[in-house]
Order: sequence, then C-alpha cells, then structure tokens
Amino acid sequence: MADISFLMLIFFLMVTTMDAETGLARRLPPIPDASQKVEDIKVNRRNLLNVKINSRDAIFAGEQYISDVDQIEDIVIDFLTNPTNSERLSAKKVKNIEGFGDYPVSEGVISLQNDRATSYSTYIKVQNVLVRAITRIRDDFSIQNFGKTYADLDEDHQKIVRLAIPNTVSESEPKDVSKSSRRR
Amino acid sequence: MAKFKKKGNNDTPGISTASLPDIVFMILMFFMVSTSMRQTDILVKVTLPEATEAAKLERKDLASYIYIGAPSKQYQAQFGTEARIQLNDSFKSVDDIRDFIASERESLSEADRTFMTTSLKIDEDTRMGIVTDVKQELRRCSALKIMYAARKTEKK
Repeated sequence: MADISFLMLIFFLMVTTMDAETGLARRLPPIPDASQKVEDIKVNRRNLLNVKINSRDAIFAGEQYISDVDQIEDIVIDFLTNPTNSERLSAKKVKNIEGFGDYPVSEGVISLQNDRATSYSTYIKVQNVLVRAITRIRDDFSIQNFGKTYADLDEDHQKIVRLAIPNTVSESEPKDVSKSSRRR
Repeated sequence: MAKFKKKGNNDTPGISTASLPDIVFMILMFFMVSTSMRQTDILVKVTLPEATEAAKLERKDLASYIYIGAPSKQYQAQFGTEARIQLNDSFKSVDDIRDFIASERESLSEADRTFMTTSLKIDEDTRMGIVTDVKQELRRCSALKIMYAARKTEKK
C-alpha cells in the first residue's frame, strides 16, 4: 500500500508544476478600421501623456527625461488627477456614473511608446509603474468614498471605481521612437 | 522471590509503519490538488521580469502560452542565440501565431472564447522588436486579452 502511494507521489512530483501564474494583465486595442482612423488622432494635446522608451532604455515622460522609473508614478498621478486643474494637465469631464452620481472623469490618455531595441525588462518596469499609479489613484478614490481599498471592495463598487478612474494606458501603434534604429 | 518477573526483552520496539500509507496518501492528495500538469517542455530560456503589481491569472484553463526568449543551450547550434518564439512544443515564427490562436480558440467552449487570455512568457533580456511583432499579430487575430507574465515581488 505504502509503496504504491509512494510511487504515485513521486510521479506527481515529477510531472506537475506548482508555480502560480502571475503577471500584468492588459488589453490590446483592436485593429482600427479604415473608417475609424481619422478619429483617434484627435486627442487633445493636453490630454495626452507620452511615455517613451528609446533603444538605450532611456525613459521620457512628457518631454522630461526620467532617471528613475518610480518618478513616472507621480507624474502619471499628477497628470490624471490634476488636483490644481492646471491647463497643461488632463481635462476632466463630468460623467454620470450609475450608482454613484456625477464625477469628473479625467480624459487623460497615457500613450506608451517604445523602440524595437528597447529591452523587455525596462518595458515591464514602466508598465508596472503605470499599473501602480492607476492602482494608487483608485485606492485613494475608494478610501475617500467607500472607506476601503480597491481590492477589498465588492464587485459593484469596483465597477464604479473603474468607471470613475478608467485605465487609460494605451498600447499605441508601434512606432520607433529613435530615428537611428528605424528599419533594421 | 521472583513474583514480578520482567517479561520479554528490553529492546526498543521498532517504529510502527501502520500509519505510513495514510501519511503518504495525505501528501499525495495535497500534491494532486495544489499542482497542475506541466503542459509543454520549454525550449527557450525564460527568466521572467519582476513586477510589484503582478496579479494572479484568474482562469488558468483559458490561458494559452507564448514563450519568447533565446533558445536554451542544446538548441543553440540549430536555432542560434537570437530570441525565438515557442508555441506548444516547437520553435515557430510570427506567422504561425494566427494558426496557434485559432486552434487554441477552437479547443475552448463557445462561452469561454471571449475570456481567452494569451500569457506572454518573455525573457527579460529580449528586445521589444519581436514582442511588438507578436502583439501586432495578436491584435490581428483579435486575441486582445494578454498578460505579461512576471514574477511578483514585494515593493522595496
């Protein structure tokens, strides 16, 4: 009896894996139709935050050179929440959210651009910081309105928070940031 | 006056193995429940990047995997050291992704198809060029839900 179950135990140890799958979930934009193309260029300049990574893994947010990835977090939060209602940061539009009421939703879009020679680890670092920034804004909003962090809310409230603070990181059309490495 | 004569010998008795099957069975059950079958042999070297915000993949059964990285040692003579794409058990090119996604989608039930997630397991040393190509191809196949596989780390 023990021998047989030992044998099975060894078998399961060999053929199975235990690692939980973790990662950054994202949604790719659908391929635009030919008729749609004109529309999406028309994002107001103040509503667009460009985050660029060039072939040497140097990062730019807006027009600013970033030496430490974590700086992006504050830039993004500032850009999306726009606490001083600055003319240069993202605009807000009051929208009616079902079950919550009117809330000024930011119209800001973060566009992440990279070069073909950008390293994947840098790209993920930036993606991670963007996710963290959005999570932080959502947490602030949730604590202010519901007294709990976003992760602890129930499904309905999470939906409200998602509508109030949309995840607007766009995986933009591939575009080479640095001219030197084009067409390789 | 040997009224209370000690019986038997004084050796320590051996450990009873009667409960051994129970214990082993318990461990066996634990492993059967907590692990999943390994599906493919990974032919490329993949060291996942680290991310503090990594979330758990909700439905493992709806995930299909694309591995990208430099081929591991024993395949380098044949396939070189440049980053390659691995689908199922072999090296493929970007053009094969369409068929791969189609067959993965086919294997799911009608209701689950919209929830299909493509998990991109990409080595951290890979350049973005190949990743961008794969992403574009996925967009064309309208497999829009993706996941950049990453190791979860605690915030420093």
